Amino acid sequence: MQNLNAAKPLRPVPAKKRKKISWFQAALHVLFALGSLLVLLPLLLVILISFTDENSIYRNGYSLIPHKFSTAAYSFLWQDKATIFHAYGITIFVTVAGAILGLLTMALYAYPLARRDFPWRTGFSFFVFITILFGGGLVPWYLVYTTVINIKESILALILPGLLMNGFSILIMRTFFQGISPALIESATIDGAGEFRIWWTIVMPLSLPVLATIGLFSTLAYWNDWFNSMIFVSDSSLYSLQYVMQKTLMDIQFLASHANSNVTSSVLATVPTETVRMAMAIIGVGPIVLAYPFLQRYLVQGLTIGAVKG
Amino acid sequence: MSISSFFKKLRKHKALLLMLTPGVLYLLLNNYLPMFGIVIAFKNMNYSKGIWGSEWAGLKNFEFLFSTQDAYIITRNTILYNFSFIVINLVLAVALAVLLNEIRIRFLARAYQSLILLPYLFSAVIVSYLVYAFLSADYGFMNKKILPMLGLDTVNWYNEPKVWPYILTIVNTWKGVGYGSVVYLAAIVGLDKDYYEAAYIDGANRWKQFTRITIPLITPIIIIMTLLQVGRIFNSDFGLFYQVTMNSGTILRTTNVIDTYVYRALMKLGDIGMSSAAGLFQAVVGFVLVLTVNYIVRKISKENALF
Repeated sequence: MQNLNAAKPLRPVPAKKRKKISWFQAALHVLFALGSLLVLLPLLLVILISFTDENSIYRNGYSLIPHKFSTAAYSFLWQDKATIFHAYGITIFVTVAGAILGLLTMALYAYPLARRDFPWRTGFSFFVFITILFGGGLVPWYLVYTTVINIKESILALILPGLLMNGFSILIMRTFFQGISPALIESATIDGAGEFRIWWTIVMPLSLPVLATIGLFSTLAYWNDWFNSMIFVSDSSLYSLQYVMQKTLMDIQFLASHANSNVTSSVLATVPTETVRMAMAIIGVGPIVLAYPFLQRYLVQGLTIGAVKG
Repeated sequence: MSISSFFKKLRKHKALLLMLTPGVLYLLLNNYLPMFGIVIAFKNMNYSKGIWGSEWAGLKNFEFLFSTQDAYIITRNTILYNFSFIVINLVLAVALAVLLNEIRIRFLARAYQSLILLPYLFSAVIVSYLVYAFLSADYGFMNKKILPMLGLDTVNWYNEPKVWPYILTIVNTWKGVGYGSVVYLAAIVGLDKDYYEAAYIDGANRWKQFTRITIPLITPIIIIMTLLQVGRIFNSDFGLFYQVTMNSGTILRTTNVIDTYVYRALMKLGDIGMSSAAGLFQAVVGFVLVLTVNYIVRKISKENALF
């Protein structure tokens, strides 16, 4: 410390150079502030459109300046809340059930792979690894879920296909479990605890960070899924939120025609279609944007282990 | 090893084997059965006879597939799109990571990073809405605001094939660059500060430090990330090519990729032969690519190889 302080007067940083550094910093901030704004621009645009009066959109098009403020789009959607709440319900149920079931299945699978005294751990690791390298493709996969076990038109179709387990996540969990001291597990065994009990009361509580990270990715995958609804489900009462949104974008009549509320054809003629579309987008993206600040830490963690370990 | 000792082991580890069971069943159903299902590509699939009962068709499905123009178009589109995505995302992500690392005020750097990463969380459906707000023919921001401002004619975006390579590249960059920058920033933050101090004392400026220290030190992770993506160059982001284009049929020339082709052939045309042939073509080429890439990684740095 003293050395550093003493060195300062010997090598005085000229005022000019200091200024140059701060210019560089200022330029960086301008660059990133503009860049971030550009990234957010589409979202801002959609938010503003959703609060604009429909007629002013017919005149001026979508605009960053709401010429006339209006919440008509949201009131229209509120009339039709049954459809939206139902879709939300489906998505929430599928997300919670899928993420928990997936996390348990993956953690149960990853634990024996991490046990050095388990003789077949290499074989079972390889069994997972193959699934990362090779897939049969959409067609046989689709046929398995429609002919071998037929889960079309059921809530299982939104939970099981594709999303439940992920090879990379299993291998990441295995690596984390390997970091738990074998002595801990041994002493629990000596105390008479069975394997399941050790897994549940020792391994799982110690692995909360990795469980949180993988659970987050699993949750996001289920929340954002529309593909399973699109290919396995045609009964609109099973549509996930994302799929209802997709249908609404392609055809605005979808919402009105599937509502069991008192939307009549005369109301339909006055549907503020353009703003309702955008309000629908906001309703869909809202939870993700609101939860983002809280999830961000785990997300960044997950992305970086994924890259280093994957 | 005798059979009795095998059973002894089996009994000893029966709890662990029980733990593996749900996962094994799921992977068999979700991953392994479809792998065997690739024989459909060589069959004349008939639902009433089932997969195994249907007659063999030899290579007829492949002949059909490769005799169409589609095979060429979807292969070309898939490779060109993914190749440009890989290059552009790499360059931008590394640049952003280096610049973010230079920012002194840490909480602002974190805020910028969070904002850039946000689109990574959006589903393809959300993205398609955001894009629609710009490209809607009647009211879109492009046709109503930006093009008139530049004095240009309006464009019927969803029916104009030649604009889509640009649009899809921009959207993919917007959505994906945050992920890359998070990974590379983590790599850069982990570098030893001593190198930079020594370089500073030797009078190396920022650019020199970037080209002579940062880039060489993060090259291994750049190679791994890139090679992993190259191994998946035959697989596309289905949502990007299906949702963001709003499944518009008039622009397929520039937006159809193998994944969307297989989907349409299966679900819209019900042509199992053709779609499974295209799917198998994709799976085999993808597998060969992964093996090749892994072989190259092993040559460069063994500990980074996948296997």
